[in-house]
This record gives sequence, C-alpha cells and structure tokens, in this order.
Amino acid sequence: MNKYILTLLLAGLGFGAFAQANIYPAKAQDKKIAIMGAKLHLGNGQVIENGYVMFDKGKITAVGDATVAKFDLTGVNVITANGKHVYPGFIAPNTNLGLTEFEAVKATLDFEEIGNFNPHIRSLVAYNTDSKVPATLRSNGILMAQITPQGGTISGSSSVVQLDAWNWEDAAIRKDDAQHMKWPATPAFRGLGRAGSPSQDEIQERIQALINELDQLFTEAKAYKETDKPAFINARLAAMGHLFDGKEKLFIAVDSQKDIIAAVKFAKKYGITPVIVGGDEAYLVIPFLKENGITVIVKQPHALPVNNDDDVNMPYKNAGILANAGIEVVVSIEGYWQQRNLPFMAGTVAAWGLDKEKALQTITLNTAKVLGIDKTTGSLEIGKDATLFISAGDALDMKTNKVERAFIQGRDINLDNLHKQLDKKFSDKYSADKK
Amino acid sequence: MKKILLSLALVFSATLIFAQQTYPVNGSYDVRQGLFAFTNANIVVSANQTIKNGTLLVKGQTIQSVGIGTAIPKGYVVVDLKGKFVYPSFIDAFTSYGLAEEAAAAGRGFNGGGGRQSIFTSTKKGAYGWNEAIRPETQVSNIFAGDFKKAEDLRKAGFGSVNAINRDGIARGTSAAVTLSDEKENSTLLSAKASANYSFNKGTSQNDYPTSLMGSIALLRQTYYDAQWYGKQKEEYNISLAEFNNQQNIPQIFETDGWQNVLRADKIGKEFGKQYIIKSGGDEYQRIDAVKATGASLIVPINFAKAYDMEDSVEARSITLAQMKGWELAPTNPAVLEKAGIRFSLTAFGLENIKDFWTNIRTAIDNGLTEKQALLSITEIPAGMIGISDKVGTLEKGKLANFIITSDSLFKKTNVIEENWVQGKRFILVKKDAFGLTIAPKDSLNKPVVKKLDTKKPIVTGQLIYPFSAFGNATKPAQETVLLKNATVWTNEKEGILQNADVLIENGKIKAVEKNLDAGNARVIDATGKHITAGMIDEHSHIAGAGGINEGAQSSSAEVRIADIINSEDVNIYRQLAGGVTTSHILHGSANPVGGQSQLIKLRWGKLPEELKFAGADGFIKFALGENVKQSNFGTGARFPVTRMGVEQSFVDEFTRAKEYKAALAVKGNSVRKDLELDAIVEILDNKRFITCHSYVQSEINMLMNVADSLGFKINTFTHILEGYKVADKMKARGIAASTFSDWWAYKIEVAEAIPYNGKIMHNVGITTAFNSDDAEMARRLNQEAGKAVLYGGVSEEDALKFVTLNPAKMLHIDNKVGSLKAGKDADIVVWSDHPLSIYARAEKTFVDGIAYWDMDRDAQVRKDQKIERTRLIQKMLDSKKSGLKTQRPSREAPRLYNCESLEDYSAELNELERAHSHE
Repeated sequence: MNKYILTLLLAGLGFGAFAQANIYPAKAQDKKIAIMGAKLHLGNGQVIENGYVMFDKGKITAVGDATVAKFDLTGVNVITANGKHVYPGFIAPNTNLGLTEFEAVKATLDFEEIGNFNPHIRSLVAYNTDSKVPATLRSNGILMAQITPQGGTISGSSSVVQLDAWNWEDAAIRKDDAQHMKWPATPAFRGLGRAGSPSQDEIQERIQALINELDQLFTEAKAYKETDKPAFINARLAAMGHLFDGKEKLFIAVDSQKDIIAAVKFAKKYGITPVIVGGDEAYLVIPFLKENGITVIVKQPHALPVNNDDDVNMPYKNAGILANAGIEVVVSIEGYWQQRNLPFMAGTVAAWGLDKEKALQTITLNTAKVLGIDKTTGSLEIGKDATLFISAGDALDMKTNKVERAFIQGRDINLDNLHKQLDKKFSDKYSADKK
Repeated sequence: MKKILLSLALVFSATLIFAQQTYPVNGSYDVRQGLFAFTNANIVVSANQTIKNGTLLVKGQTIQSVGIGTAIPKGYVVVDLKGKFVYPSFIDAFTSYGLAEEAAAAGRGFNGGGGRQSIFTSTKKGAYGWNEAIRPETQVSNIFAGDFKKAEDLRKAGFGSVNAINRDGIARGTSAAVTLSDEKENSTLLSAKASANYSFNKGTSQNDYPTSLMGSIALLRQTYYDAQWYGKQKEEYNISLAEFNNQQNIPQIFETDGWQNVLRADKIGKEFGKQYIIKSGGDEYQRIDAVKATGASLIVPINFAKAYDMEDSVEARSITLAQMKGWELAPTNPAVLEKAGIRFSLTAFGLENIKDFWTNIRTAIDNGLTEKQALLSITEIPAGMIGISDKVGTLEKGKLANFIITSDSLFKKTNVIEENWVQGKRFILVKKDAFGLTIAPKDSLNKPVVKKLDTKKPIVTGQLIYPFSAFGNATKPAQETVLLKNATVWTNEKEGILQNADVLIENGKIKAVEKNLDAGNARVIDATGKHITAGMIDEHSHIAGAGGINEGAQSSSAEVRIADIINSEDVNIYRQLAGGVTTSHILHGSANPVGGQSQLIKLRWGKLPEELKFAGADGFIKFALGENVKQSNFGTGARFPVTRMGVEQSFVDEFTRAKEYKAALAVKGNSVRKDLELDAIVEILDNKRFITCHSYVQSEINMLMNVADSLGFKINTFTHILEGYKVADKMKARGIAASTFSDWWAYKIEVAEAIPYNGKIMHNVGITTAFNSDDAEMARRLNQEAGKAVLYGGVSEEDALKFVTLNPAKMLHIDNKVGSLKAGKDADIVVWSDHPLSIYARAEKTFVDGIAYWDMDRDAQVRKDQKIERTRLIQKMLDSKKSGLKTQRPSREAPRLYNCESLEDYSAELNELERAHSHE
C-alpha cells in the first residue's frame, strides 16, 4: 500500500512536470476518504497513536483510535498510513505571502502602501494565487496563511486564505480578520553612521505625538461607528469599525516590555483585547499578559538574541517560556518564501522546552483561534474542514518532514512545485548524460 | 566687535615680551626685560628631582638657572614663593589645537547616500596623490593659528605646550609643537615637524575608496610601497609621495581607538620597520599583555565614561556588561599601563570638558597610578615623544621658562594652580587683589576638589574577563584530556557512524575513536544517548570582523585583507560555538567582482585576534558575480561594471594586468612598482591563493569557468552557487567545489530558480558540496541546514552531515586537520543531545583544539555569575549618581552584523561615534 501511494504520487508528478502553470487547484472531494493507521496529531495537544480520520464533502466526519473502531469501508477511498503521521494543516500567520514575488524587485512589492494610517487597505485583493511560492509551502505542510499588509503605523486588514485556489475569492477562508498596527516604539538601537540622529528626548517626544494621533484616530473611529449617518464618508474610520464589535482583531507589533504594556493598555481603553506580534520581551511581563488574556505571536524563534548579553538561546526558548507560563502562544516566521520553514520553528520551540504537541498547537489550533478560524480549522475534529496532511515522519523536524498527501477542505491537492520540477529536469539531464 | 577685541589683544601682547625681529610694530617698541627670580620655592625640576627652598632665574623666554642659594643679579624682579611649588608645565602630545575641526562629510560611501556622484580619484588641484585620504603634504605649520580661548583653557589645566595635529585623513602630514602663549605663531612654534601623523579614518576625503577599515589599512600599506618606489623612479611627480618620504625620520604618531586598533596600527608599522607612537583609546587594560608586546609608546586618554543612569531598570537592560565593566575599570588603565612598564603619556584629548582633566588624573591616582608616573606622563614623556625635550618637560637651564606655580604639591586635592608661565610670560590663573592676596577662585578647575569625591573607601573593582564581553571568562578555558564515553559517533571516515563508541581527546588532538577506550587519567564524560560529530565548518561567514567587510568602491579590491580586521570580541563567536561551529571562513563581501582576501579562523572565544587565525591554512580570496557586483539593488550605478557582460571584462582585465605585472617583475625585479592588488592575483595564478566565488545564475558561472580556462587560473569553490545544479557537470569536470544555501530563494531575481535540491544534485554529480551561512543567525544551525539535504532530495544522513563538516574542510584545504573524527586530527568536536541533523539536537559541548569553549552547563553558571556582576555594577552606578556625579542616559549600541551585502562607511561611523560620545 505504501508503495501504491508512492507510485500514485510519482505519476502525479510526471503529469504536470516542467511547468508551474500545470500545477492547478484540486477539484472538490467527491468520495469519502479514510486515512487509517497513522499517528494522529490532533493539534489540540492530543495524540492518537494508531488512529483513523475520515472525511467527506470536505469535512471531517470521524476521528478516533483505529485499534478499537470498526467501520464499513465500502465506497470509501482508504489510505493506509501505518507508521505515518497526520497533522492538521499548518497555518502561517502574519505573512506577505502572495503579496510579493521577489524582495529585490519593486514591481513585485505589493505589501507596503504609503501613508502612516491605512486601516482601509486590504491585503486580500492583492493576494496572487499564481505566485510560485505557495506550492513550495504546501509540500512542507503549510496549507493556510494570514496574508498581511505591512508598513506605516496602521498597515490595514489581513485575510486568511487556503493555499490551493484559482483566485483570491476562492482562496479566502476569512476576509478581513484583523487590523495590523505597529506600536510607536523607541528605535531599538542608536543609529550609527548617520549625522544628526535625534536625541533620546526628541525621540520620546515624537513617539508621544504619534501615540496622541493614534488616540485621536481610535476615538473618532469609535464615534464614527456609533454615528448612524455620518456627514462625510471616511474610508479609514469606517474600516476600523469592526475593531469595536470584535469582528476584526487588532494585531499590534511591539517588542519591548514597556511598549507591550503601553500597547495593551491603549487597546483596552477602546474595549479591544489586542494580539501582540513580536513580543521579544514578553517573557518579562508574563503576569500582565495573563491578567489581560493576551495572545502573543512569537515572531521567529530562529533569531539572534536582542541584547548582546542575553542568553544565546533565548530566542529558541522564548515561546516555550511563555506557553509554559500559561500564555496563549502562536509561532510564526518572517517573510514569504521562508514560510516553508514554519514547521521547524515549532520544532525548535519543542526542542527548547515546550511539549511537542503543545509546540504543534502554536502553528495549528492556537493560530486558528487567533485568526478566528478555529471553528473550521486548526485541529482534527469532527465537523472541521478536512485540511490536513500525511507525513512519513515527524513534520516538525526537517529530517523527517516528508509530506506525502495533503488535503485542503477535502480536496486532494497537488504537492508538486517549481522546485521539484527543476530538480527533476536537471536530475534527469544528468542521469541521461550518464547513460 | 570681534575685530576690536582682536586688535586689543594684539596690542596687549605687543607690549609685553620679546620682540619679533621681523615684524613691524604699530607705535613705539615696548620690549620688557623679562628678568625674574623665583625664590624660596619647592622646585620640581623633574619627576625625579625636587629642590626645596630653591631659586629659579628666568631671563626672557628661558630658564637661566635653577638651584639653592643662587645669588640674584641686579635688575631681577623677585617673586617670593615661600610654601609654593613650581612644576614644569604640561605637554599634550595629541591635540588639534589651533586647527579647524573639519566637518566630516556625512553620508559618503560608495552606496552613494544623498544621491551624490561617485568620486574615484582625488579632485584636489596640484600634483598630489590619487587618494585624498593620503595627505602627507599637510603641514600644520602652514595652517595653524593660535586659539586664545582654547589656549586659556589648556593653560588653566597647567599645560604649556602641545602637539597640534590636523586630524584629517589616513596619512595626515606633519604636526607642529607649539606653546600656549598668546604670542604670534612665529614665536609659539617650537617644532614645525613634531610628528608625522596617521589614522584609519579617511576624514574629509571625498573619494569613495576606502569605505572600510581593511581598505584604510590596505591604502596605507600601498602608500608605503608607493613611496619606496617613488624614490627610485622618474616617471611621475607626486608631491604626496615625496612628502611622505620626507617625514619618515620624525616621530610617527598613529591615532587609534581601542586596543584592537592599537594592535592593528602597530602591525602595519612593523611591516615597514616603523615603531609608531600610538594614541590609544584608554581600554588597554583589557589586553595589557598584547599591548605591551607591541613595544609601542602610547598617548593615553583619560576621558573616563560617566556612569549610566540606572534608575530605570528597563533602560538599564540595554547597557551591556562590557559597558558597565568598562566604566568601572577604565580609571585603572593608567595604573595598569604603569605596572606593565609601558611608556605612555596622558592626553586631555577626548575630554568633554578640559576641566575634567585633573578630576580624572586624580581618579586614576586613586586607582593606583603613582604621582611620579602621572607627572612623567604629562611632562617629560610627551616632550620626548614629539622631540621637544631640549626645550620643555623639565626645569633645567636653557630650557623654556614653561612652568606652573601651585599652592601645594600638585596632586594634593586641595592644590590650586595659581600661575602658568609660558615662554617667560606670566598668566595668572587665580584672581588676586592689588596686594597679591588670593581671592577665592571661581573657576571650578582651580577649586579644591569637592569633599564628597574625597572618599577614602578602598576601590573595589570586578575581574577582567576574556573577551571583555558577556560570556567572557576570568580564567581562560584550558585544554584537558577528556574521554567522551558511549556515544553515537559520526566519524566522517570509512568507519561511518559508530554506536556506543568513545572519543579520547588529548593535547588538543583526537587521540582515539574506538569502543571501550581506557580512560587513563582522562576526565570521563558520560555521553550515553548523545551524538558526537566533528565541529561545524562555515565556508561563508562574515562574523568577527571590524569596520566593514566590503571594500566595494572599486571593481577590484584584491589588496584588502580580512586578516587585518579580525575582531575577537564579537559575541557571535560565542553564539556560534553554542551551535557547534568551530571553524569559520571569514569572507569579504560581494560588492565587487574581485573582492578581498579572506581569513580562516577557529572560534577560540577569549583569545586574541591573531590567535583566532587558523594556522597554516591556504589563503583564499573572494570573487563575486551577479546582481551585487553590478549594483542592481543599491549604489550609484556609476562604478563599472553594471552588467554581467562588464563583469566578464573586469576579470579579463584584472588577470591580464596581473600576468603583465608578473612578467615585468620577472624581468625588472624590484624596480617595478609593488602593487598589492596584483600581487594577490599573481598568487592565484601561481596556485598560492584560491578563489571562492559568490555566484548565482548559470550564465555567469559558466562565464567565469571559461575566463579561468582561457587565462589559466583555477576556481576552487563557487559559493552560494544557487544555480550550480544547472551546470554541475561543467563544475565537476573542472574539479570545482560548491558551497551553497540549503533553501534560500526568491529574495531577488537571480534566485528565481534557486532550489533546495541544488545541494543534492551537485552532490550526486560528484561535486564536493557544502552548505554555508552568510548569516550570523543561520550559522548557529548549520546542522539543521544539513538536515534539509535529507528533506530535499534524500541525501544519506552521513553524507548530509559532511555538507557542514568534512566537505567545507576539503574545499578549504584543511581536511587533513579538521572535518572528521580520526586519531591525530584537531579535537574540534561537538556533543549533541540528539541526532545531529534533527531540529531537536542541541549542542551541549563544543570543543576547539580540545578546549570546551562552549559548555551548556557552564554557560548557565556564567549567566548566573554575570547577573550578579551586573547587579553589583548597577548598584555602584546608582551610588555614583547619589554621590552627585554626572550620569549619562542609557542607549543601546547597534550590534554589528555583516552579510555579503553589508555596505558600511567606516569613517562616517567613527565620526558619528565621536559626535555621539562628545554629546553624552
């Protein structure tokens, strides 16, 4: 059976090889599927050593222990996955995936609009489903992403997409899930090599002025929402409306302990519970974060320590310290093409102090919760989308992450990508040369 | 108004002292006798001789006699100095007195900040040298003007003469020794060529080159050779080189900052048989042995940092242990220098306020400097350094009447400097009433030092640590005999992976790799369940460098050497040891086709820069292709080349010229101008230096291979080589190695088809393949990058590990020493908690030469200890603030992180640092 899957897979490869354009979205699930015998990592902290998961019409219909269950498998497409692992699709939060193709080429940069306050900017409409990047993520188990704008103090709204779609409308799982804001903070370092850098006091003054501006904006936006018929339509204020009724979350990028406290208090003033993105120093204000029920998105465990004197392994340990202290933690990685390494961020967190299944949660269920999609994704539970994958080994470890099959909303997706195609093209060339 | 004041001053000075023979006088001559007898004084003739109740006779500018019971000739004004002291006035060997501080041009550098044009050669009028940073033609005697205000401030501190240096450029020309009298320059100038002066800072030079510290060093080195050549040739008239030669026999002063630059400056001097006098940074105590070994005399600042204001514990976090310890230990520097027997003078240079000079000297004395040495360091020693010992520095017959009159012994805290006589001219520093009674002085400089400073508590300071940084060690980690027992051992040899095996380390080498080894007297470490591998080797790294790793102002910078700028204090050395890295190839950046010479180092945390170098390794040089060298994404686009077509011709030209140069050398020998750039290329042609070439797309890789074939040189390694998989057969045919990224792509157009299977394909074709970092963060996880060779393409685990151990060792020609675990090889070893290619593996111990520079348990202890040390120092700073001393607000210094594309402007950075510090 194992071999059978492999052959199928290879056949699939052979089909569309040599051109990315031949990798296209899978058609809707038309037959019940059961994955049998795999180790199921549910994404909610639980594991079933020898489990089954069944799905139909895109939804999970059964999950359980295969050693005790009895089924009628007639008419079911059975995938035997003994010794393999099944995971809920990984979710990449806070990424400019699909908003850029080449970092160095201006024409491909669609993630940073000009202007300081851009709540009306929406990432979804610029998300390019034809980018060559998402296919390289799927093959490592990343099946969903929060497409997020950057730049300015308020960057705009993100949307959550699944990574196998014809166009952005198809892709969207949740439109406009969150507003993204960068807290006005002291630049981390004294800038060298620039003449006339401002003094500490000048910087503080500028920061305060910016915070005052933000305060004004939020106050007016809240009033605007409460106005039945505003005299003037203001796209910015209107775009902020759902921050106040909880339909849209507020993600605040902020790192230092002082700023984290200031940012949380700012948001609370408007009845908003923010999500902290970054939080390098969140471990210094754990009681405060718990008290306020704050989720922290740890930006990138593979990072250098912030301060020269910090524990050299602090960035690896950070997420674990927070999670073990009872804070809801989500793990991310910066960039877009880098997202294929997201599983290894969670692996690192597991290596440095967090239970493996809890580490898995930081890229599955916890992420789904913070993106507001946990009713349909994030874990292997009945009724949720069948967005999941089979890996030959532990998917959080690069040594064993081998994604063999993946399903998005029950659709059996193509795991080919540009890189595999180029690999095949040239590997074939050299083996042909040898003959 | 200014003019009136000025003329008043001139009139005033004209009435006082000796006539200037050649100058006309407006009005009647008013030349005074200038005869003075100072009696009953304690005359400190020199640091070694004091005459009690002595008499000092002054005639005009000079000392006529010093002695006891001297008969006073008629016509002398007698000054009774009963109870007072007379000292030779002080000399500062390093000032920019009387010279305009040039506003350093901001935003220069070849990346063209401010959109200005690239300026390749000097725009100065006249037959001068090609680079404006080499300006030995500058003579301070031509441009110097007395500065009344500064002179007064310096006199108040007791100074009588100074060396006035034009602090601009790398070769700065001659300085002048001048007195601080307010007379015309013709009178105050003691020596028109007191010293020839140098630095690493190109100053106001508008030329792009050099942008980096290593470029400054290379330029100076080449200038020495050019000057030697100039003396023998007749082709070229060059004022700069002629002047450079003319000033070789006077004292040579090199301005540096920090002990590493002291060592760098001294090393250049030694290459050309020069012993510089080095103006240091005041941190020599951190590595006093190395500084002493230079044999250099030093000019040492005493601008001790103010304590940081630690009231806000959040802000306090941004201050490093090194900054805190530096604050505490800097005042011990003069005493440490004295104990080490180093000849040094003290300078007021760098003091925010000259009034701090005495406060700080006293602080230095409280910290162990002897009064005698202090006096020597501000009198005889600086006089000797700038060649004016025959005129000043002691109170001897025939010398200038440059002395101060003090109320008490100079170093007593209640002492007041009352008068400062310069060239026989009196300057009263304290206000007196008509009867000569002292009125309480207002000037804080001459005020008795405030009581609260006069604490008698013994001074306690923390330990020195090596390096002077967090994670430094008070005692140097030592080599030991260790037996690592019962581990899974990845030998990288034909034995493969051994289960339950032992590794014995002795004298820095691997003694044995076998099962059931006898411990003997070795320390036994139970490694059950652990994995042991050879240390990670990073073929492409940019850590541990100072002052920039790109010298990209020209299309070839083969003359620059990373060897000149190794920085042993970079915390990334420690961080990477914690990731199992033991050897790093520190490369020049990729800003130009022919980059600089690289340096292989071992991560010997705590050792000196020279001690980091991998002994006996072959020399390499960085080449580069593609977007960076053609400046696609930065720069002015004015520097050739800007296309891949031009890149080819850069190499063709470079090697063609090198061949011609080599041929000329063979025929004409020494008469050929030595060209450091072409020397490096000739080494490549002679197979004595090896190329590692930054490369991306297949066209350019193919191009360089063809250029190499046609011009007869070899390419050792293609580094990055992200499209190596497209031309792997061609590389294989030429025996070229490949060092690539595991999975980077999409960040620019030339990596549009970079694939993570690249390593696997090249490996399968038979190329020696490695994964490198080019990134201080990723280098900490090279083992995981190797793991991706398993993920993408299924390279066997054993071979994958070799991508970051044995294979880079092979391409660096050091596989006879490192890269595998075999008896006789260097004990560069990592003990992992788990399978080394796994995300779950943590490096628990990293040995280099048998020394466990990284040990996870020791690290935990060090962090604990250093937390205690931080707490102590924070308290000490709080106490310092409470006692009324000034503080500075903490602000975090930017960490230095380099990668291939890092473009720095070293001079701009130095200037900014100076500005920042003078504002604190």
